[in-house]
Formats: sequence, C-alpha cells, structure tokens
Amino acid sequence: MTVAIIRFGGSNCDRDAERALEHLEIDAEIVWHEDGLPAETSGIMLPGGFSYGDYLRAGAMAARSPIMAEVREAAAEGTPVLGVCNGAQIGCESGLTEGAFTTNESARFQCEHVSLRVERDDTPWTAAYDEGDVIDVPIAHGEGRYEIDDERLAELEDDDRVLFRYCNEDGETDPEANPNGSKHNVAGVLGEHETVAVLMPHPERATLPDVGPTDGQGVLRGFEAADGGA
Amino acid sequence: MSLADSDRELVVDELGREPTQAEAALFENLWSEHCAYRSSRPLLSAFDSEGEQVVIGPGDDAAVVALPGSEDGGAEEGSTYITMGIESHNHPSYVDPFDGAATGVGGIVRDTLSMGAYPIALADSLYFGGFDREHSKYLFEGVVEGISHYGNCIGVPTVAGSVDFHPDYEGNPLVNVACVGLTNEERLVTAEAQEPGNKLVLVGNGTGRDGLGGASFASEDLAEDAETEDRPAVQVGDPYAEKLLIEANEQLIDEGLIESARDLGAAGLGGASSELVAKGGLGAHIELERVHQREPNMNALEILLAESQERMCYEVEPENVDRVREIAERFDLGCSVIGDVTAENYTCTFEGETVVDVDAYFLGEGAPMNDLPSEEPAEPETDLPEVDLESAVEAVVSSPNTASKRWVYRQYDHEVGVRTSVGPGDDAAIIAIREAEQGLAISSGAAPNWTTAAPYEGARAVALENATNIAAKGATPLAAVDCLNGGNPEKPDVYGGFEGIVDGLADMCSSLSAPVVGGNVSLYNDSVAGPIPPTPTLAMVGTKAGYDAPPLSVTPDEGSALVLVGDLALGSEDGAPDGEARLGGSEYLAQFDGSDAFPALPDDPAAVVETLAAVADDEATLAVHDVSHGGLAVALAEMVTDEAGLEVSIPTAASAADPVAAALFHEQPGRALIQTTDPDAVRAAFDGVAPVLELGAATADGRLELAVGDREIELTAADIAAHRETIERELE
Repeated sequence: MTVAIIRFGGSNCDRDAERALEHLEIDAEIVWHEDGLPAETSGIMLPGGFSYGDYLRAGAMAARSPIMAEVREAAAEGTPVLGVCNGAQIGCESGLTEGAFTTNESARFQCEHVSLRVERDDTPWTAAYDEGDVIDVPIAHGEGRYEIDDERLAELEDDDRVLFRYCNEDGETDPEANPNGSKHNVAGVLGEHETVAVLMPHPERATLPDVGPTDGQGVLRGFEAADGGA
Repeated sequence: MSLADSDRELVVDELGREPTQAEAALFENLWSEHCAYRSSRPLLSAFDSEGEQVVIGPGDDAAVVALPGSEDGGAEEGSTYITMGIESHNHPSYVDPFDGAATGVGGIVRDTLSMGAYPIALADSLYFGGFDREHSKYLFEGVVEGISHYGNCIGVPTVAGSVDFHPDYEGNPLVNVACVGLTNEERLVTAEAQEPGNKLVLVGNGTGRDGLGGASFASEDLAEDAETEDRPAVQVGDPYAEKLLIEANEQLIDEGLIESARDLGAAGLGGASSELVAKGGLGAHIELERVHQREPNMNALEILLAESQERMCYEVEPENVDRVREIAERFDLGCSVIGDVTAENYTCTFEGETVVDVDAYFLGEGAPMNDLPSEEPAEPETDLPEVDLESAVEAVVSSPNTASKRWVYRQYDHEVGVRTSVGPGDDAAIIAIREAEQGLAISSGAAPNWTTAAPYEGARAVALENATNIAAKGATPLAAVDCLNGGNPEKPDVYGGFEGIVDGLADMCSSLSAPVVGGNVSLYNDSVAGPIPPTPTLAMVGTKAGYDAPPLSVTPDEGSALVLVGDLALGSEDGAPDGEARLGGSEYLAQFDGSDAFPALPDDPAAVVETLAAVADDEATLAVHDVSHGGLAVALAEMVTDEAGLEVSIPTAASAADPVAAALFHEQPGRALIQTTDPDAVRAAFDGVAPVLELGAATADGRLELAVGDREIELTAADIAAHRETIERELE
C-alpha cells in the first residue's frame, strides 16, 4: 500500500507526515496536488499547513482544487482518508466531513499539547486505543473551533461519528479543557464512512519517540488497519 | 535623505562624471549605515570568527558551520552543515509592527535559502518599552502576531527567543530574528558569482513599489511622525509566496541548478545583484525592463531599489535556465532572466538607456568608514532601595521581564518539522539533527538592564548567559551570531556604550571558544524618547549527542538534593565567597529604583560551561535550571510545580550592603541550580572550577519554602503561577 500525502503550495506538515508514517513502516509518498493521485494510492493524507496561504477561509481554496474531486471519489470507493489540521479544514470545506473549523475563541494561533478522549475504538483510526482513553497530542492552529448547527451536531453524535473530544487529564470534557471553543469539545469527526476522518490535533507530531510523546501513532496506524480490514 | 555631499564627491571622483539619478540612489542605499556598517565595521574586527567547525564566516548571506559527527559513526564527521543568520527589523516594526516583524522573518529565512539550506528553526529576541504603556503593548501584540503569522505559515518552527521590556525602548522597539538552516557539503551555495556568461535569474514575487528606500530609512533616527510618514518604506509580506520560494529553492538545489544566490533584501535588486557579482570580483549587465513587475509604469529607479519581498536572485548556467523557469512555474512563482554575469562594470539599462555603470566592488565596498568619538560609560554608584522582602519577591517574580512568556510562544508553531525535542519556555531549545545524530541547542537573547548598567561587563554576561542556557541542557557551544543594536553613533556617549557591548560580547565569546560567525548591526535606534540601551542580542547554538535533556522543573524525588553551582557571591560550603554580591543590572533594582556595580564574572567561564554541560547529562541529575534574570528568587520559583516543591536555605551575601536582597536577586550569570541524587559527584565535578553550595532538597508538595539568613518565605505553586501570569493576564 502507498499513502499519498497531498502537498498544496502552502502545505507544511507534508514532510512531517511522511517521516512519521515511515517510522511506522507505512509506505507513503508526497504528491504535488497538480499531479493528481497516483494509480497505486491506497490511502490519502491531507496534511497541515496553509494550503493556498489561506487568505480567504482556511482550506476553502484547496477544497475546490481538481485533486480534491479525485480524493472525494477515492473516499467514496473506500480509500482511507485522513485530514489533519489544515487537512481537516479542507476535509470539511470539501464536504468529506460535516461542520467547519473556524477562528479560535481566543482569536489567536495556539500551539500546545492537549488531551483528547477517544470516543470510539472500532474505527481504523482508533483501533489502537480503547474507548475513553486519554491521549496527549499537540495542536497548532488559529482556526480550529469546530462549528456545526445544533441539529446536525445531534445527528453526528447519534450516529457516533465524533472521534475525539478535547478533555482534561481525567478524561472530562469540561469547558476549561476546550482549547479553542469547539462545540461540544469536538476535536475530530468521521465522514460518511468510518474510513474518512479529520482532526485538528497533529498525530504526526506525537509519533517519533526521539522528540517526545508517541500517543498519536495509533491514529496514523489507521492506514494499516483500514487496509487490512478492506 | 539623499547622498551626502562628501560621498557624492567620492563617487564623482571615481566615475569621472556626475552619477545618474539611479546611481545616486544606489550609492545612497548601499553606502547607508544599514548596508555598509560605516560606524561599526571598525569595531567588528574584535570578533573571533574562526574555528575548525567554521565553513563560511561573516560576509555571506548566512554563516555555515559544520556539525560534529556521532560517536557511533552513523553520521560522517563534519559532513552536515548548519547555517546561522540574524537580522534586525527595528524601524519597520515601529511603523507597522505586524508587517515589519513578519518581513523580518521572511528576510532571514531567504538568507538561509541563499546558502542552499532548508530553514529548520527561528529564534526571536524582542525588546519593547515599559509593559505598563499602552503603546508598548500595542507594538508587542502586533510584532508577536506578525512573527506568528509569517513563521507559522512557512512552516519553520520558532523554538527560542527572548522578550524584554525597558522604558528606553519606548520610541524604538527592537525585533531581532535568527534563523538556523540545514545543508551539507554537496548542497552548499554561496553569494559569490562564479563565471562571466552565466545568467542572472530573478525568481519570486513580482516587483512593486513597496519598501522604497528601506535601507536608508533604517539608517536614520525615528522621527516623531514616523508612524505615518514612513509607512511606504515598510514592506508587506506574503508568507505563501515565501513558502513556495522555500520549496522551489529546495528543488533548484536538489537538481544542482544554482551557481550562486542572493536574496533580495535591503536596497532590493540593485543591492542583491551588485553584491553578488562584487563578491565574485565580477560585473553584470542587467536589463531592468525584463524584471517581472506587479505595478504598471515603474521606472528604472523603482525597479532597482524596491524592497518587494519574497524574491531571490540566482546565477544560473545558460543551459539550465529553461529548467529553472519550469521549476519556478510549477510553484507559481514569477521568473525573469534579467541579464548576464560579466567581467566588467555593473551596468543596468532601462529601455535601451544606460542608467547604471559603476564598478561593483566600489559600489559595495567603497563607502568610507566613520571614525567616531566615544566616551567611556561611567561606573554606577551604589544606591540601594529598602524593600520588604515579600513585596520584593512578588514584584520580581511577576515582572513582565521574568514572568512566563507562554502567551508569546503559544502563538508560534514551535513543533512543525518534528525536530523539536525541547521547545520554548526552557533554558534553551533542542532541535534533533538526525542527519548528524546531534541535538542542536539554541539560546537567544540580551539583557538591557545589564548592558545599561555596564555595557562591557553586561555584554560579556549576555554571552555567558546564553552559553549557560545551552550547557543547562547538556550541550557545549558551537558558534554564535550577533545582532548589535545601538542608538545614534554620532553621540559620543552612545557610541561609547556601543563600543562596550561589541568588545564585551567579542571577549566572552572568544573565552568560550564560540566563534561569532556572522551578525547584523542596527544603529540609529534613537527617537525623541532618547537612545535605546546598547543591546547585543546573541543567538548561540551548541551541540550534544542525543536529543534528550534534563527538565527545568524539579521532580518530586525526596531523596535528592538541590545544589547551586557557580555563585561567586555566596561561595561554597567550605570557603569564603570569591566575589562581592552586586545588584547592578538586576530586575530588583529595575523594579525599585537603585543602582550598583555589575557582578563580577567567573575567571574561567569556559570551564564552568563545560562542566555544567557534563553534569547536566549525568545519570544522577534530575533537573537543571540556569540562574539569571531575577536571580535565585526567580530561578527557584520557576522550578516548582504542582507536584514537586523545594525546601531551601540560602546563606546571606555577607559582603553586600543588603545581604538578603543581594543573595536572592543578584544576577551574576554562569550559575545553575541542579537537582541531583549525588551532590558529592557535583562537588567533585566542579572542584577547582566553580563554587558548589547545597541549598536543600526537593519535596513532593508543590511549595517553595525559602529561608535566607533568618528570614523565611513560603509560596505555593499556585501563588507562583499567578505571579508569573502577568503577560497573559494583561493581554487575554
């Protein structure tokens, strides 16, 4: 299998994702957005960054680029797709996942470690964890506040498609543990299929043991799990 | 500002005719203080910039230093290089803090690209007027936001830096930005033109009318109306274009298409292209109308001098030009072949008319140096305040200078690149250089209170303080770059202070065997509010095997001891102190108004640094924290967490006029607090190097219990956190 890491002009976590996947012995390659998806693509990662400079709305331009049509098609056919940070914004902007990530409550960029509660453990992205596990993964975003109308959020929660919520060290999702004002502390959600997921925190920054915690490895292993399960 | 009469005479003599308008403007900018270092170059020979690790020293876009290899032989000795550069963007940041600071980041990153390197870390040292002033807070917020916007977007982590507030920056803040890049022997490119007949290719943003005359603007005092009058001299940054430029540059280097490179900074295309060929002892012929432009009807002068951002000038062999153009197009960057490298004069034509025809070397190097009178600064008298101890501790721990800078670095992406092993908020950052299996420690800063009290000794202390920060993480100094900021050098007392910081920094770096491989000088930081404190920002890097380091915070190990090393005023358990406790330059005196001499520094600072680095990596060492700003009081407070505390007893500094205050608040650098399970081993390691004093022990209750002589103070972790939240509380 080969995971295609889509590089837009302003992607800046593409190399990090490649290094992290390589560490996990998951085959990955950076793909320039204008070159289209390679034939052998068996997984797609939308990495963090500022895709088109994001002078409009984060992810809005990238979502309308030709390669995203290919990504949507592949996702519909069951290819695993993971959007991280700017990739999550692109995921929502392009309709792969519901809701939107918008300006943090603080109106400032925030780079810090947060705790996430695993909301379900029967998806490829969370198979390495148990439901209720609390993991330490960093965030680095200015527009990460999850917004969605109440009705659709209720549906999303009824369908059990919230994957991670911001929590404190004890796993409680109280307002103080919410770094950016996300509705119901949502940090990551599933798309229509559980093979599609987006999250604002950076699992690739919590993967390499030589520089810090490795709680994010399980999320990236989702590419293996999805592949093995297919 | 226009070309000074005496300079014009020199130019007329050289050319044998009056300069054209474009030539006069070129000379005005390239012979400005900002570009030609006319008042500082005579002093800069004090710096020792050589060493076996130095591949390229001062004078190129950035310095290049070889990293040691790993002991296991996994990485070949000396084959991985880092680049180091530092730049000031002081005046633009006063006029327009967001764009001024953002473009400062952009400029130093492009200096890194010029060397064929990929930028891997940024460090920012920022200086503002009093934190209680609304205008200072406005500038502070804007500058931090500008750095955050630009640095985060281009994906280069900001891992270290410093923030200081001092009333004398009120009319002239400082923004000093350092960048570290990664390259190797094969990829290295310089700014030295190689071969007549090669093409000059401009890649990047279109040229507009922004930033006209920036270099000469940076070489004047800031006028009272600078915020409105000088706005056109400030450039506006486009980090998306910079990111594209970083990646395009990487591919150009990968494919070996670049013979030499220079980024477009001060004095725009004219500066970059003439410096490039001058360095190679060559000339150029440039057709200005070929430059891709984003505004209509620009004239020759505007095209030549605009400081539009995100542009690089490359020397390319003729057969590679098409490939360079393809790569630029792939990254949506403009690309124009603007002329040739020649063996003759530096000439520019515009629509057939010759507008510049000068010797490139004369243009770059012909500016006469200034020999300015200086006055030696006076030694401060001793005049100490009387302050209640508890209020003193609270005031010093909660001062914005010593308080937590989390509000700042939380806005910087400090983890992108997945190399950050130790991030901001610690004594030094550590970046994993896996290519050489080396941890690269980075510390950057100056200390305005120190260099105000004593320019020479204070600057020596700044260098030692940065080295101690690095050693606290177990690394030893490799090299440094400096950013020397001063006021108007035509004032003898200001120039005297500037001379002091240059010599002090040079002397201590030399003692530490840390070659100063590059730097930047920024003078005329003077406003109606007066000159800034002489400010020698030093960005120092060190190396160590591996990427781990002891934490700054104490761990709740009740069997361990807390040991103070290197305090000359308090001495050892078994001997009288080596020095007097002096409060000069301390935050304590800044808070409560007073003056005193600056503390004496260790006789053999290199031995202190080396020993500390070795002890930091010892198995018995649980935590290490450098003692500096705010003295022991602040360092102890910073080590306490909710889970772990300290119970310590500090001897009074018997020789001092105020023995209790001196013990707690003096700021002699070259000291560290070490939590260890084996205090005897620490004593043995420092025997004959520096005094060692066991102060007490760690506890498991999150309290600082502090006795000084017969006085006692107790603070909980929550109290300390509340004191240290000064900046966050004010700005959230």
